[in-house]
Amino acid sequence: MTTAWSLYALLVFPGLLFLAFLGWTLEFVDRKLYARMQNRIGPPWFQPVADFIKLAAKEDLIPAEANPRMFKLMPVLALAAVLTAFLHIPLGNTQPPIAFEGSVVVVVYLLTIPTMTFFLGGWHSTSLYSMIGAVRTLTQLFAYEVPMLLAVLAPAVLARTWSLTKMAAFYDQHPFYAATNLIGFLVALVALQGKLERVPFDIPEAETEIVGGTFTEYSGRLLAIFRLAIDMELVAGASLVAAVFLPFGLGLAPLWGFLLYLLKVLFVVFLLALLRTVTARVRIEQMVAFCWKWLAPIALFQLLLSLVLGWRIWTIMKS
Amino acid sequence: MAKVTVPIGPQHPALKEPESFSITLSGEQIIETNMRLGYNHRGIEKACEARTYIQDMYLVERVCGICSHSHSTCFITAVEEIAGLAVPPRAQYIRTLIAELERVHSHLLWLGVAGHEIGFDTLLMYSWRDREVVMDALAALTGNRVNYGINTIGGVRRDFTREQLDSLLKVVDVLEERTKYYIEVATEEPTLINRLSGVGTLPHDDAVRLGAVGPTGRASNVNRDVRRDDPYLAYADLQFDVIVDTHNDVYGRTLVRVGELMQTYRLIRQIVKQIPDGPVTVKAPRRIPAGEAVSRYEAPRGEDVHYVKANGTDKPERVKIRAPTLANLQSVSRMLENNNLADVPITLAAIDPCFSCTDRMIAVADPASGRRETLSWEALRQHGIRWYAGRGVDFAALNRKLGRKLGRNA
Repeated sequence: MTTAWSLYALLVFPGLLFLAFLGWTLEFVDRKLYARMQNRIGPPWFQPVADFIKLAAKEDLIPAEANPRMFKLMPVLALAAVLTAFLHIPLGNTQPPIAFEGSVVVVVYLLTIPTMTFFLGGWHSTSLYSMIGAVRTLTQLFAYEVPMLLAVLAPAVLARTWSLTKMAAFYDQHPFYAATNLIGFLVALVALQGKLERVPFDIPEAETEIVGGTFTEYSGRLLAIFRLAIDMELVAGASLVAAVFLPFGLGLAPLWGFLLYLLKVLFVVFLLALLRTVTARVRIEQMVAFCWKWLAPIALFQLLLSLVLGWRIWTIMKS
Repeated sequence: MAKVTVPIGPQHPALKEPESFSITLSGEQIIETNMRLGYNHRGIEKACEARTYIQDMYLVERVCGICSHSHSTCFITAVEEIAGLAVPPRAQYIRTLIAELERVHSHLLWLGVAGHEIGFDTLLMYSWRDREVVMDALAALTGNRVNYGINTIGGVRRDFTREQLDSLLKVVDVLEERTKYYIEVATEEPTLINRLSGVGTLPHDDAVRLGAVGPTGRASNVNRDVRRDDPYLAYADLQFDVIVDTHNDVYGRTLVRVGELMQTYRLIRQIVKQIPDGPVTVKAPRRIPAGEAVSRYEAPRGEDVHYVKANGTDKPERVKIRAPTLANLQSVSRMLENNNLADVPITLAAIDPCFSCTDRMIAVADPASGRRETLSWEALRQHGIRWYAGRGVDFAALNRKLGRKLGRNA
């Protein structure tokens, strides 16, 4: 890749600009769906952009007690991590800008960094609510991360590759095997909800308990960047789930393939919005217990299923 | 994490009114709760002494934004008792009708607030949408959504036509269907049940000892309801069940409230059917003869008590209001023991608190000398300025800054 092409990929498509606009679109879709399911009208289409511009135009307030360098660094770091993760994910049948053996693990790893920045940002705010939020963020991370990783690994085990592109190619050849990953799909959806800190797992920023949680002290541009990073994380998370668990229609022409990708992401966002409509926020210890008692064993079961199936498939293919 | 003290209030998203709870935590576990009241004192009792009875009635109606009719009726019942007025039965029925409609809107409001406190905003949106039905009905009957202004000394200010009353039956049908849905949600939705059961436990003995009233008490199996135990208005003629529950927790309080809604619909149907004909008001004197009376009233949040002392003029000598929140607030510390921080908002909300109704003037007691004194307005203002100056806030400088800003704009 030439430098100009790399810059284009990084900043325009599928990089920052595309990701930001898709993030705002998905935030709008999510809020609109949530509102309609709650019998409300919901925001107009430009609301997420308007929110961003409003926040960006406001003054940045940094608490006197806070560590200003860490406080300012964290939102940017979150944004950068999500962007980097997104560059590894194939959108429909396109080749991602960075593709190599092991991209699944790298994406999951990179998507953990935003959570760490929430923790560090909250911790370095030194406000009481932020610190409680930060501790909860970390506690929650330990609960959903393992089921998430296990669920995403199961299809990879079945395809015998750690590359998202090669996984897509495998499931394109054997479309019916994708159906065996249904359990993993559901586990990944629930874990993704936890990663995105949405109801019922919005414990780290539970408004009625700890005001704004991790983000209590953030305002202005820094908060705008954090919000954008969360929107982009929604895109990256939904894209990852779509690429891993919904790998069909990959033989289409590029434009149709891309539209199908958007449809898949919208479907994932619809499921996430539905989940947050029908549930109440759980307590942190309930969340941890749920993840370890139910989600992780179910994900393990899926992994086992994939292992057995994978062994069968590959012995048949060899003979 | 080491022990930390988290301030919930005076300004906090979980509280709709300013009140201060400082909660000492070890991790997420609550060790100690300290309450401070008095951020919302409005001096209504004192203001009553400077106004005539008719003016007081409207003032007392504004004690609470939700149970406005409760306070106004409770006050006026005491005044009528002193004056020896026999309120016509039709007026009694109309007061009862408004009281029960008020209970519907209060309980639906509570259900929404409870949903919001546990992060279940869908419940908030649904129950508040349905609450609009009863709000519209109240507006159609009285002209107002909250401060109905239906009472007057010796009766009510408006009579309702048969059509108006019959139209209520349709409203009740709609509400009953929706309430059945909420009962279904409350008894079947797993995240809701998990978040509410075992939270904010108030054992029966503690509820009795701490004097919990209303749905808070009834959820701890305290079988008390003024409407049945000491009937007022038209309640003696009406059939209804007092809903009690033995869960002792927030879940029980939810069940009691939705159960009470069903009883309220039953009451409204009976009132519409049985309401007698006749006048709706008797002539009342402007000057109320000397005497005193206590009146009790089952407000949606619990028992409301008003004491009125008359001295023969057109203004009361003393008015004392004991809002239900004051009775329930003592039990909050007990409820919060060994709970999680996550349960503080819902536990507080579960008593359906109304802090501005509860706040009263406080006498300053000096523990060293045992001296008690009250501060004048000016002394309190000076104390406030000094207190903030000690914390680096200089109001004089802020005032100058504000003055300059206003001067520039003018």
